[in-house]
Amino acid sequence: MRFGVVVFPGSNCDHDAWYAVSRNLGQPAEFIWHESSNLGNVDAIILPGGFSYGDYLRCGAIAKFSPVMAAVRRFAADGGLVLGICNGFQILVESGLLPGALIRNRGLKFICRQVELEVVTADSPFTSQAERGQILRMPIAHGEGCYYADDRTLDELAAEDRVVLRYRDNPNGSLRDIAGILNRERNVMGLMPHPERATEPLMGSSDGLVVFRSMAAALALR
Amino acid sequence: MSTITPDLISAHQLTEEEYQRIVALLGREPTYTELGIFSVMWSEHCSYKSSRVHLKKLPTRGPYVIQGPGENAGVIDIGGGWALAFKIESHNHPSFIEPFQGAATGVGGILRDIFTMGARPVAVLDSLRFGPLEDPHTGARNRRILAGVVSGIAHYGNCFGVPTVGGECVFEAGYSGNPLVNVLALGVCRKDQIFYARAAGVGNPVLYVGAKTGRDGIHGASMASAEFTEESRQKRPNVQVGDPFLEKLLLEACLEAMETGAIVAIQDMGAAGLTCSTCEMGSRGGTGIEIDLEHVPQREAGMTPYEIMLSESQERMLLVAAKGREQEVVRVFRKWGLDAVTIGQVTADGMLRVKDHGRVVAEIPNRALADEAPVYERPYTRPLRKYPMEGPGFRSHDLEADLKALLASGDVCSKRWIWEQYDYMVRTNTVEGPGGDAAILRIKETDISVAVALDGNGRYCALSPREGARLAVAECCRNVSTVGALPVAATNCLNFGNPERPEIMGQLVEAIEGMGEACRFFETPITGGNVSLYNETLGEAIDPTPVIGVVGLVKTGPPLTVDFKRPGRAVILLGGFGECDATRFGSTQYAKVVLQQIWGLPPALDMEYEKRVQAAMREIAAAGLAESAHDVSDGGLAVALAESSFGPAGVGAAVELDSGLREEFLLFHEGPSRIVVSTEQPEAVEAVARRHGVEARRIGTTVEGRIRIAQRGRVLIECAVEPLRRLWDGALERMLGA
Repeated sequence: MRFGVVVFPGSNCDHDAWYAVSRNLGQPAEFIWHESSNLGNVDAIILPGGFSYGDYLRCGAIAKFSPVMAAVRRFAADGGLVLGICNGFQILVESGLLPGALIRNRGLKFICRQVELEVVTADSPFTSQAERGQILRMPIAHGEGCYYADDRTLDELAAEDRVVLRYRDNPNGSLRDIAGILNRERNVMGLMPHPERATEPLMGSSDGLVVFRSMAAALALR
Repeated sequence: MSTITPDLISAHQLTEEEYQRIVALLGREPTYTELGIFSVMWSEHCSYKSSRVHLKKLPTRGPYVIQGPGENAGVIDIGGGWALAFKIESHNHPSFIEPFQGAATGVGGILRDIFTMGARPVAVLDSLRFGPLEDPHTGARNRRILAGVVSGIAHYGNCFGVPTVGGECVFEAGYSGNPLVNVLALGVCRKDQIFYARAAGVGNPVLYVGAKTGRDGIHGASMASAEFTEESRQKRPNVQVGDPFLEKLLLEACLEAMETGAIVAIQDMGAAGLTCSTCEMGSRGGTGIEIDLEHVPQREAGMTPYEIMLSESQERMLLVAAKGREQEVVRVFRKWGLDAVTIGQVTADGMLRVKDHGRVVAEIPNRALADEAPVYERPYTRPLRKYPMEGPGFRSHDLEADLKALLASGDVCSKRWIWEQYDYMVRTNTVEGPGGDAAILRIKETDISVAVALDGNGRYCALSPREGARLAVAECCRNVSTVGALPVAATNCLNFGNPERPEIMGQLVEAIEGMGEACRFFETPITGGNVSLYNETLGEAIDPTPVIGVVGLVKTGPPLTVDFKRPGRAVILLGGFGECDATRFGSTQYAKVVLQQIWGLPPALDMEYEKRVQAAMREIAAAGLAESAHDVSDGGLAVALAESSFGPAGVGAAVELDSGLREEFLLFHEGPSRIVVSTEQPEAVEAVARRHGVEARRIGTTVEGRIRIAQRGRVLIECAVEPLRRLWDGALERMLGA
């Protein structure tokens, strides 16, 4: 199964995602340039972290107009797996593929640290290899990662079991400690923490691998 | 054009003698544009005219060195066909005037130096100095400068996508009006694909790539070569504005363009912008360069040749392409949405010829600018010394309270508040990040990791520049060795006051000599660096602050870290208790924080012994004998033990010190050549130490949650770890009122 890692101008975790998938997961991965309107024959898409188009205006706000995002929308509509990490999550939210918004951290500062996350649901192609309630250690590194949505949306996310990961010690003020969510069809996930930075012991944690393993398992079933 | 008047000459910070030298070199009066060009190239910042004769005393060669000083960055061989480019730069003056942009563009500038060599930046470290945060008069401004500098570094590094993995941050009154921001960057490239800034091939096109030129930063280099006065803060327009996103594009475009094989030479436009890049590339290559400013992409209308040549707009590069292949280069830059235009060509006549719409506005021999800048043998005397030799009589009433005061002091406390704002993990190479003795980055393409540390001690140097500089090198090498890496090369940043004052010049000379001596001894040649002089405000110079960055090599593996991991392990003080007397104690953090006085001399250093301790440490690390290792430095043994206890395991230590040293000295003296090691195999550690001829004192064992320090049966300090840790961890936030 082939993973496609989208490269926007300003993406800076693209190499890391590629490395995590191709070396630590052991599946083929390729880069997809932001001007492509064709994703080729990839089986899953990763929108990596970084500062797409400089993140001027608002994080992810410019990326949503890129040719590649039109293709990603079609890919998602056809049921393809899309994982948005950090800036990728912000892009998914701006693009309307996921609900809510990511606003500045509660402390108004960029935070880089190792955090603990609780797996809220294992019923997703991104966490099927984890167990509900399992604690995962992964880093965060963002300035605008405070998840925000109106109560109705938050209730809906909870009722539909679409909150995938929750912070144990909320670092950024995210409502209801939300760190990662799914779309209604459960094939698009966005999260602020960086699973690709936790895929081998030398990185300080291998817990992030479970996300990629789950994706690989889901693809293998297709 | 305007006539050159004495006022105009002095406004360009050139002396009358320097002006006469210009006239002699040209054989005529310079034009206004030429005067501007000379003034920046002959500024202290670009020409090193006060330090050059002394910098020659530094060792620059060694078995690992591929490229020493003189290029955009130094390069060393790290094995497996790969090389490491690295260099440190100061951005002190801009950071005082505009902390956020000053620091941000400091990061941007040094990153360009690295990827200009063809190396992808893999890490940044910062050495920062500010005035005291709680000073009733200057505290508010110092806090503002610190916050601005930190967010500037974070903004640039995080967006660019380079991890900021370590450094140091020190507070001293002398830096209130003159903070120091020194940035060290490292990058990795293939050993056979290093790019140099040597213009070659007559007729080859000269391309301008990257951001457009604006009016920002004009005369930045000259500003950085003058003392601060009341008017300095009005120089804000001299500070450049950084755009890390653009630099990220420039990085990717440059590396991709280099792959085409069509690039002959490349240099970034840093200080003195287009002026410096053109004449230095020409001078290094022994060629001439002719450009027409008409083709330079401009952000503002109506810029004069003078302004275009002197602008320090960021995120720009100058490159020489192979004739006929420029389209290959242009295509790559277009892909990344960047300007790339041919603005001139390489010539055979050795001249920098600048045209504006075909009309010659400057015509200067390249060598006159780059190599024939004045070199001064400035007079020097004994170094300025502000502190007495003798200190007060004192006796501690509460050693535990003293330890707490030290742990909560600016220099010793945790800098987490700072480094958590930096993305220190991006690129997933950070094996050991901030907070350790040295940062470790694995090089994915090999089985080698690079360890890097950054050290300086202005207080030691204020008491003895020579000894202080030697101690900085020794500590930096010790830090690298403590994580198990072999120190192989260094880069330095020399921050001093006004060299025209003989007692300041004396500090500079002694520090360079001390640094040279130590770098020779520890076999860490200096491959490049930076000199920042005129760090004075209203006639008050900073403490002499030579900063050194040392890189070492170690086999990639789990890192050896500072913190105790498990209770019941033996605690060994490698190197022994060391020596101290009342004079040497005057340079310690204890003297500064607890007694609030500084006197005497820095700690005594025995370089032979230090080298043996480091070798023993590396062997202990390589054999996997140690569970933790932390060098003893600021705050002495008590602080080292406390810091070793502040890990996630919450494991402290109970130690019994069999030493006749006075208790304050025993706990808090800062004698070098000592490392606290915890181990499950004390006999094996002791055997290694014996073989290297160094002491290994088994001083106690690790215990759950407590710190207990006794001297020959008498308990000096006994307390729980957690309250100490909280004090240490939260001190900076409290001082900032954050």
